[in-house]
Amino acid sequence: MQLTQNSTSNAAETVISFRRVSYCPPGATTAVLDELSLDVEAGEILVLLGLSGSGKTTALRLVNRLVEPTQGEVRVEGLSTMAWDAIQLRRRIGYVIQEGGLFPHFTVARNVAVVPTLQGQQPDVVQRRIASLLQLVGLPAEQFGHRFPHELSGGQRQRVGVARALAGDPPILLLDEPFSALDPLSRTSLQREFRDMMARLGKTAIFVTHDIREALVVGTRVALLESGRLSLVAPPNEFAQARDGLAGAFLETIAPSWGPA
Amino acid sequence: MGTGLTPPTLELVALTGQHVQLVLLATAGATALAIPLGVVAVRRPTLGRFILAAAGVLQTIPSLALFGFLIPLPWIGGIGARTAIIALLLYALLPIVRATVTGITGIDPAVRDAALAMGMTPRQRLLQVELPLALPVIVAGLRVATATAVGVATVAAAIGAGGLGSYIFRGLRMHDTGLLLRGGVPAAALAVALDIALALLSRNLDARAHGGRARVRGLAAVTVAAIAAVLAAGAWAGRAQIVSGAASAPLLRVGSKDFTEQRILGELLAQTLESAGIRVERHFELGGALCHQALAAAEIDIYPEYTGTSFTTILKHPAGPAPRVVHEQVRREYRQRFGFEISDPLGFRNDFAILVRRETARRLGLRTLSDVARHAGTLRAAFGPDFLTRADGFPGLATRYGIQLGQAPREMDLSLAFHALAASEVDLIASNSTEGLIERLDLVQLEDDQMWFPPYEAVFVARADALARIPALGVAISSLSGRISTEAMRRLNLQVDGERQPVELVVSRFRQGLATAKQTP
Ligand SMILES: Nc1ncnc2c1ncn2[C@@H]1O[C@H](COP(=O)(O)OP(=O)(O)OP(=O)(O)O)[C@@H](O)[C@H]1O
Ligand SMILES: [Mg+2]
Repeated sequence: MQLTQNSTSNAAETVISFRRVSYCPPGATTAVLDELSLDVEAGEILVLLGLSGSGKTTALRLVNRLVEPTQGEVRVEGLSTMAWDAIQLRRRIGYVIQEGGLFPHFTVARNVAVVPTLQGQQPDVVQRRIASLLQLVGLPAEQFGHRFPHELSGGQRQRVGVARALAGDPPILLLDEPFSALDPLSRTSLQREFRDMMARLGKTAIFVTHDIREALVVGTRVALLESGRLSLVAPPNEFAQARDGLAGAFLETIAPSWGPA
Repeated sequence: MGTGLTPPTLELVALTGQHVQLVLLATAGATALAIPLGVVAVRRPTLGRFILAAAGVLQTIPSLALFGFLIPLPWIGGIGARTAIIALLLYALLPIVRATVTGITGIDPAVRDAALAMGMTPRQRLLQVELPLALPVIVAGLRVATATAVGVATVAAAIGAGGLGSYIFRGLRMHDTGLLLRGGVPAAALAVALDIALALLSRNLDARAHGGRARVRGLAAVTVAAIAAVLAAGAWAGRAQIVSGAASAPLLRVGSKDFTEQRILGELLAQTLESAGIRVERHFELGGALCHQALAAAEIDIYPEYTGTSFTTILKHPAGPAPRVVHEQVRREYRQRFGFEISDPLGFRNDFAILVRRETARRLGLRTLSDVARHAGTLRAAFGPDFLTRADGFPGLATRYGIQLGQAPREMDLSLAFHALAASEVDLIASNSTEGLIERLDLVQLEDDQMWFPPYEAVFVARADALARIPALGVAISSLSGRISTEAMRRLNLQVDGERQPVELVVSRFRQGLATAKQTP
């Protein structure tokens, strides 16, 4: 399978930069994100780890400007999201939505085809791309392409969501718990597949999960989000050394396999 | 009409066609307007609240009031189908706007986010995601709108828009259940048929929106074909119904109010004009005060009126002066205020009539209302609700003449009151002096010797410009002046109301009678 990469990015470049970003939903009294600062370099897979409600999804939605910061700014490729044309910005970013968000009135194939079609690619090119992406996520087009989302299992729908986010070959990916509904075996193989593909294509990604094991496998760095603040940002091998706080508690859950040798 | 009789079936087909046309154009127009309004309402919630509130207010206006309000407006107003369609359209807006808003806001937020996050433009989101997913809900709203439109369209007959309501209004006036059913049953059937079609469409669209395979196209095709067939049949049947005569002849629009006597007078004038080579457009059965408004708006050129109505209702003068004075004053003021001409009296008066049986009149020596005051203690009365309560009805009359009934008058529907009088269950009722049953039941109308009621002399009211444009109009009107006695009018009303003879036939026979009477003075 051949996936192309259309952005040229050198390793030192900062692709996504949170600069003292706070977000407080309209009407709410407490901030969901509180002065978040974080740089994501080109080619990185930054894993955002955190408990439910800690603000992970909100952080992703700030990047493609589905929400706008109350304070501070988010820069994408050097430009504040507020300075970007929202549509141009979003076309550079693939987004896997936590709840799936597949178009119920489109078949699987047509769901995946949306972005390439918007980009004006030729129908035969689009067809080939659909076939290779569905193959990648383990849902052969011949068998699944003509089905509607409601004719799939939850995990299959998630995988279509991943294929759809990749379809436009965007330089940046935002993935919100993309494999959470999968069985451990499929999940592990997709995690590996994903990590290798990202390394190969040099895309930049923020990957949200609350699964510590997944965080350590997939991430080039792991950032721990605690009630809207970052409490630890470290490469997986360093992160795995943490003994106390929330990071320690997360690691406890997988202690037998990650404990000191 | 005018060229002969329309067989009842033909009329039914024509009216059904008109009805479908009203409903179709109104709901199509409403949909075209309401969906964009709904989309705007979703995109700008503040504006949206205003749009929904405005559409809601429109729906609470009673339909006849809305028609009356639209008639004098330039461009969209007037009498006939156009105004009716606009009124129906305004009614249909709310359910469709609301459904559009509900449909779009009801879409799974994750799906809307997905569309946004893919970098779809607002237009792409609308056409590829929001509208397709909201469509089943929108069609459900359209269903409500259509059902309302079928119902309200029956009221459109009051402003000359035709449709099945024509039967219903006629039936109500003539207490003819057959006519009521002839209008009501097809209207109900139409509502049910359209509802089923739209329900099926909505269900299939819903299935499709959730990835089911649905027969949307075939269903839509069948519905469209059925509607087209009804429209075509209606158009064919109705073609010669309204306009008569050669296209080159001058055209005159004759109006009439919505009761039998007015239709007879309108038809009488129309036939007289047609025999003088004038092309006539009939706008009969206009409800309420619509005739006057329509004349003022130059939607019609002439209609039959009663001097008492002009004097009290339109010019707002108190009753009192003698018939001749009233006629003179109405003629003068109409000319000055409206540019309308009042014809010479046609010969009969349609006054309020207090009626007793001939036997009662003879036994008690009753000739005038003053006589009634002397025997009031022994008389049992029954009145319609209007006459019973209006200040210019019985309460005022009783005060003026000092009538004190032995027992309070009973409230009764007018046709029942006639039955009750004939059966000697009551002794005194109020009606109109041209009511056909007065002759048939051999009743006596008591003289209003103190002139409490205004005199209702029948006349034609015409626009001065029409009289100037078509000189033959003045001639035709003069040929009818003084030619219709009260007894003659009662007979004509009886033939239509009591004997169910077609108006056109009754009128053409009466015209033959007039012609022979002229030849043998
Ligand atoms: N529009 C909003 N209005 C009010 N509160 C909000 C809004 N959006 C998010 N929140 C709150 O912000 C907090 C963070 O939400 P977010 O969806 O980012 O959490 P998360 O880390 O993605 O959680 P999960 O793992 O359960 O998906 C939650 O407490 C949530 O209730
Ligand atoms: Mg989340």
